[in-house]
Amino acid sequence: MLAGMAFYTLAAVAVVAALGVVSSRNPVHSVLFLILTFFTAAGLFVLIGAEFLAMLLVVVYVGAVAVLFLFVVMMLDVDFVELRQGFLNYLPLGALIALVLLGQIGLVASAVLQNQAVQLNPDATAQLAATNAEAVGSVLYTRYVLVFQLSGLVLFVAMIGAIVLTLRSRVGVKKQSVSRQVGRRRQDAVGLKDVRPGQGLG
Amino acid sequence: MELSGLWLEYLPVLILLALAAAIGAGFMAAAWVLAPKDPNKEKISAYECGFNAFDDARMKFDVRFYLVSILFIIFDLEVAFLFPWIFEVNEGNIFAFWSMMVFLGVLTIGFVYEWRKGALEWE
Repeated sequence: MLAGMAFYTLAAVAVVAALGVVSSRNPVHSVLFLILTFFTAAGLFVLIGAEFLAMLLVVVYVGAVAVLFLFVVMMLDVDFVELRQGFLNYLPLGALIALVLLGQIGLVASAVLQNQAVQLNPDATAQLAATNAEAVGSVLYTRYVLVFQLSGLVLFVAMIGAIVLTLRSRVGVKKQSVSRQVGRRRQDAVGLKDVRPGQGLG
Repeated sequence: MELSGLWLEYLPVLILLALAAAIGAGFMAAAWVLAPKDPNKEKISAYECGFNAFDDARMKFDVRFYLVSILFIIFDLEVAFLFPWIFEVNEGNIFAFWSMMVFLGVLTIGFVYEWRKGALEWE
């Protein structure tokens, strides 16, 4: 009863927030709606007992990816009039992608309805490991080691790519050089002059 | 999982969330109720050192902020992978240990590259 109520509340909020993402005029509001969607999705994960995934969703998506989206939105140089103009041009492509996604979801749903999908048995995992994170850990590093290493390589490529694409060295800017800063001695920097009164530094 | 157990487990989290919401709302309500309010047109207009505002506040900003945050996300994910790993190491799974070491090694190569390139430096 309570679980059903929580599910329908979370699902309704998720759907409304997702509608808000695509329909709000201000891209920043879209990102905020997206964060709400992430939160409700995390709540849904908690409801099906996947607590570790829920916490990951909050930490990674809400904490990091949403901030990244905000940065992108702010770098876009938000010009609302111009943003409106492209709408009709992108409509066919967007509709196509939406249709493909809908078809895929329909395929999955029909497979589940006909009991052809692989059944995730929550009882089996619960017996296998006490907690969600333990269940993930028991297969991720041994059975799925290739996928795991592949994800490491993907992160590696993302890191190198981000640096190559965005880092440019500027000329004429002052940077901190820690070794020079630490290596500086009193003799290099300060000198004592014996100045006679009334003569100044010749 | 039975909900009553789940409910009990998450009760402290819910209490903390409710407390945080109450404190946040309380501060806003207190400012709304207690603060003296006597607005006029000059008071609520934008003030920029005596000039009229030159520019819109929503301007583009440097891509380097983006670089810092994307590097943060990568290491954030790396740490996220460490959490389930703890259970395996605790059980003495050697293969899982070295599998994570290889993973960390790859990312450390990236980190050394990032460091040597000066991607984390700010002028």
